[in-house]
Amino acid sequence: MVEKAIKRIYTALLFIFLYAPIGILIIYSFNESKSRGSWGGFTLKWYSELFKDEKIMTSLYYTIAIAIISSIVATIIGTLAAIGIHKMKPISKQIIMNINYLPVLNPDIVTGVALMTLFMFMNLELGFLSMLLAHITFNIPYVVLAVLPKLRQLNKYLSEAAMDLGATPFYAFRKVVLPEIMPGVISGALIAFTLSIDDFVISFFTAGSGVSNLSITIFSMARRGIKPTINALSTIMFLSVLILLLLINKKSLKEAKKK
Amino acid sequence: MKRVLKLLVTFVLIISIGMVGTGCGSKNNNKKVLNVYNWGDYIDESVLEEFEKEYGIKVIYDNFATNEEMYIKIKSGGTSYDVAFPSDYMIEKMIKEGLLQKIDYNNIENYKYISDNLKKLDFDPTSEYSVPYFWGTVGILYNKTMVKEPVDSWNILWDSKYKGKILMIDSQRDSIGVALKKLGYSMNSTDPKQLEEAKSELMKQKPLVLSYVGDEGKDMMIGEEAAMSVVWSGDAVYTMSENENLAYAIPKEGTNYWFDSVVIPKTSKHKKEAELFINFLCRPEIAQKNAEYVGYSTPNKETMKKLDPKLVKNKALYPNEELMKNSEVFRDLGDSIKLYDTIWTEVKSK
Repeated sequence: MVEKAIKRIYTALLFIFLYAPIGILIIYSFNESKSRGSWGGFTLKWYSELFKDEKIMTSLYYTIAIAIISSIVATIIGTLAAIGIHKMKPISKQIIMNINYLPVLNPDIVTGVALMTLFMFMNLELGFLSMLLAHITFNIPYVVLAVLPKLRQLNKYLSEAAMDLGATPFYAFRKVVLPEIMPGVISGALIAFTLSIDDFVISFFTAGSGVSNLSITIFSMARRGIKPTINALSTIMFLSVLILLLLINKKSLKEAKKK
Repeated sequence: MKRVLKLLVTFVLIISIGMVGTGCGSKNNNKKVLNVYNWGDYIDESVLEEFEKEYGIKVIYDNFATNEEMYIKIKSGGTSYDVAFPSDYMIEKMIKEGLLQKIDYNNIENYKYISDNLKKLDFDPTSEYSVPYFWGTVGILYNKTMVKEPVDSWNILWDSKYKGKILMIDSQRDSIGVALKKLGYSMNSTDPKQLEEAKSELMKQKPLVLSYVGDEGKDMMIGEEAAMSVVWSGDAVYTMSENENLAYAIPKEGTNYWFDSVVIPKTSKHKKEAELFINFLCRPEIAQKNAEYVGYSTPNKETMKKLDPKLVKNKALYPNEELMKNSEVFRDLGDSIKLYDTIWTEVKSK
């Protein structure tokens, strides 16, 4: 009995630590006063100001555009790469996997500066394209790592059987292999998407004039003080993710019931 | 599966259409554009629109948070900003390294409005590279209900009466500078012996300090969590407007006064437009808009006449010469900055 209570308290504490900061942020997005030190009454003005703030809106646009494009491209390249790696001989597989791990373990700042130097070397003007390429680059290894385990679970002879039945290799891949590894591909794409939205360091070094994502914009406010409009923006983003999760959960619950 | 694909394709299409509309402006060199690199939230953005309308030049506006960040971006040369707003010591460093262009003052007739005593300062002794944008001081913000004695010296930050009620600024040049000034040395000291003394002062002070703060310090002072804090003057003016128990003082030992100035980097491709923009910023009405929005001290003497007299009389914003007598501008320390780095790391880690 006591043990159960302790467990519950422990879980509750855990969630309080995780969610209290977000809760505070949401509360302060309705604060009339600009300061976090005092409560000035309820207001929605930060929300209306948010949509009027061109700087934040373009950053949001770039953030989402880059996150979507880079995660799609990285998922395609990463999935193909994973299939290739999966079919390799053990020794070369080991080598390639180690090379794949390196960007994952490497500090962001090294990747950021390295990419910037590369782009300068190639005479590519820093801007949207360079930032997009950088995001695709750092997303690919994560997709590979998400897809590989699914490939390992796959029955080796499945695609051979399909081809024996007359499927072309591409048709077999599309109809047999891809649906089987889909959960891995989707989780890879989601990781890529989140990482891309989240990234500051690499984006900072590879962004050019006129192109900045949310993390750069918010960080640059740090010296003068983060505007409460950012609280409003974060609230909206948090709620949209929450709603999305709820919808997905509901859908999978329904599907589970059907089975 | 198919539906997902369709959705994705529409997304990509929408994005690429948007791209044509907004993103590619910077690539087109024939169209008149101006790339501005400024501190976050450091301009009244309506000023940018006004400039665009008046001259038909598109402004691409980016932000940075520290001088060092801006320096990396400009030095690497991957982006070509036409106008940037570094602070004093960084301007000196950039001049030394040849990263800045000389400004043609014939194109900036509004330069005459800048106060003469803010021209030809140590970091740009001939005033060929920079036009002051804002300036300010570092001082002590204190809560009148908690601190009864007069605040006129840095020594009060070492008073054990206020144990756990003192906030220091989380900035190595500023905090070490405060300790140096307390000891009566220059804030630009590179003498290892003096710096060693400053370090032991900071170590002595450490048990009294509640925390080393950045932006959150403002809220802690408004919320009356601390009795005093080392702050920049603009922050002082803002916090005092939020909580009337707060007051600001510049210690008699002197302090640092700093400048954020407008410069044109070597990599700029639109020097004409850049000079137009600088001239525009020096226009008294425009400088007034910015000063009212940003809250720091304007170097523009015409603007000062237009501002609310209460602001101009505010000694936190526009200190008199008596107060500024012992004060200094930060200089580029060259390699000695490493000494500051180690001292600050040691102070903060122990």
